[in-house]
Amino acid sequence: MNSPASLQAAVPGPKGPGFVRALTEWWGEKPLTQLAIFAIVGLGFALLGGNLVHNMARVGLTPGFGFLGHAANFEIGEGLIAYSAGDSYLRAITVGLLNTVRVSLAGCILATILGVALGIARLSSNPLLSRLVQAYVEIVRNTPLLLQIFFWNALFHALPGPRQALAPLPGVLLSNRGFFFPFIADDGVTPAILTSSFLLAVLVGAALKWRARRTGRSNFKRSAALILAAAILPVAIAAAFGATPAIDLPRLAGFNIRGGISLSPEFMALLIALVVNTSASIAETVRAGILSVSAGQWEAGRALGLSYGRIMRLIVLPQALRVIIPVMTSSYLSLTKNSSLAVAIGFPDLVNILNTTANTTGQALEAILVMMLAYLALSLAVSIAMNAYNRRWALRERSAA
Amino acid sequence: MLVTSNRLGRGLGYSVVLAGLLAGTAAWAGPTLDAIKQRGSIKVGVGTSPGFFAPDSNGKWQGFFVDFGRALAVTVFGDAEKVSFTSSSPQQRLPALQAGEFDILLSGVTQTATRSFKLGFHFGPIVFYDGQGLLVKKALGVSKAAELDGATIGIQSGTTGELNIADFFRKTKKSFKPVVIEETKEFVNALESGRVDALTQDASDLALRRIQLGKPDDYVLLPERLSKEPLAPAVRSGDDRWLEIVNWTVYATIQAEEYGITQANIDEFLKSEDPGIKRFLGVDKSLGEALELDPKFAYNIVKAVGNYGEIFERNIGKKSKVGFERGYNQPWSQGGLLYSPPFR
Repeated sequence: MNSPASLQAAVPGPKGPGFVRALTEWWGEKPLTQLAIFAIVGLGFALLGGNLVHNMARVGLTPGFGFLGHAANFEIGEGLIAYSAGDSYLRAITVGLLNTVRVSLAGCILATILGVALGIARLSSNPLLSRLVQAYVEIVRNTPLLLQIFFWNALFHALPGPRQALAPLPGVLLSNRGFFFPFIADDGVTPAILTSSFLLAVLVGAALKWRARRTGRSNFKRSAALILAAAILPVAIAAAFGATPAIDLPRLAGFNIRGGISLSPEFMALLIALVVNTSASIAETVRAGILSVSAGQWEAGRALGLSYGRIMRLIVLPQALRVIIPVMTSSYLSLTKNSSLAVAIGFPDLVNILNTTANTTGQALEAILVMMLAYLALSLAVSIAMNAYNRRWALRERSAA
Repeated sequence: MLVTSNRLGRGLGYSVVLAGLLAGTAAWAGPTLDAIKQRGSIKVGVGTSPGFFAPDSNGKWQGFFVDFGRALAVTVFGDAEKVSFTSSSPQQRLPALQAGEFDILLSGVTQTATRSFKLGFHFGPIVFYDGQGLLVKKALGVSKAAELDGATIGIQSGTTGELNIADFFRKTKKSFKPVVIEETKEFVNALESGRVDALTQDASDLALRRIQLGKPDDYVLLPERLSKEPLAPAVRSGDDRWLEIVNWTVYATIQAEEYGITQANIDEFLKSEDPGIKRFLGVDKSLGEALELDPKFAYNIVKAVGNYGEIFERNIGKKSKVGFERGYNQPWSQGGLLYSPPFR
């Protein structure tokens, strides 16, 4: 017959004296070892931190972020918000951050479009098309991104100067000073008219969708006509009062081209390099995703008499997305972080501005911290957005099953 | 500022700062001089510009600043070879010095108040008086900086030039578009490809870059100088004796030129009756003993690398490939700015 003690020994789970057992139940396996390791790691960080403050004091640096408010006496080539030499470092860094966001966001969107198209083309039954895409993917994936950035930068710098700018389309000028596109004229009226057109169209579109959902009926042609009418209405009213929306065309003035909207060669080089590079990995992801959908799904689609395009759009891609989205997230994350290579060609991204900041203030450590936090925040934002999107698809899948 | 191309450098530079700042006493094992003596050689940070600092065909570093590095090795060890040179980009060199990677920067650092007070560097005597210039395409027809209103200007990051040009355009209430490039090669390419209208940098550096361009005659260095760029050896704070060794090593080359002492005729001066020259060359040992240096340190320096004028002419002077005028860089007695305090 077993004694209570030997019974207890046979039971799996926490053992030992009451205190350790209570701790184990609350915290998990080996609580004391965990605590000890935690203390050692904490001590290590404390030592490093102490040394840091001590050493910074020795070289005459005061740790802190006070410098963010000081005047930054350098110029920045381009940005989404107004900045001039003499504004604060904080503003300069914000300009850099927005430039990083701008190139990353545009990069993610374009890389997705190109990558999905390439991924589908890669599976084409036309051997010329699929081989071409394969060659593209292999070349792009097997050369360093930095090299590709230099390549695009050299290519765009080899464009003619502003006076001899290429004009592939009317109103579009390509020169080594930048790519110029027509844009809404900032004449005080045009932006207002076009904004109201856009808002009205969105409003009508939303109303039509709500109605379609309620009645279960929809008429594509009639909806499109209504939305178009909503968009034209403000323009017509404005025209009746004598105000026509104007388009600002780029034109040569002095050293440079003025007017329209311009994108610098560095921005374009970085954007295209990132898009081309990331689209190759997205293409492979998409291909893998599509191949993961069983052949039976295709056959079922064909049995229903659906065209290739509709089978792809309605049956295969929604299922493939389950596989594609998580991998895509990491593609987006690398694109965002790879944008920091901008510094090599002189695009004023976050790293570029923080390098200059560190150099002029001497606050290298703080600059690195800001850099780390900014990239962490950007990456987390991408992850959160992508996870939310992923959940949406996963849920739909389950409810449909 | 004189520059090098080392892309990995940036990352490296930062890791070095981080490591240096975190590593506690490692970088601060004691005064710089003790570390140098223990190691048996001086670690010098330089750039890469022919004439100022560049390895020759045998991989041996040569140049104006390199010679001052050798002179330092003579003062400390009595041997011009006990020194190692490493190139460092403008962006990474100051953090690297701060972190103890180098004992001294001889990479043409501009002496500024911020660098002295806030960044914890000390500067030795100014060895090269420079000013920021503008290199423009001749076809542009520009003759002064003020005519560059609205122009696109290439700037190298990590230099005082980045701040000077912004100051200049703010002062003149004109505008410009900067393209800030870290990499030296990309910086020069930007002008050649027409991406920028002008490059701005220390005039001496631009003069060198101009020679390296495909068609140097298509470009002109504007005569105007936007700033004062006194280039001086930089050391980290915390070792006064090391700073003094740097000071008096440079002064020795300047004083030798003032005396007319050269590598070739120095031995004749050993017989001089001038008590000042006797002290300077260590014939009278009292000065060296008081300084706790080899009494013949000045003699050894001149014997090894020559006086200031010889260093200048050999590397960057009229007869060298670089072909600079002495300008301000001659002894005060000949109308320049070089002036050594007395050796006594």
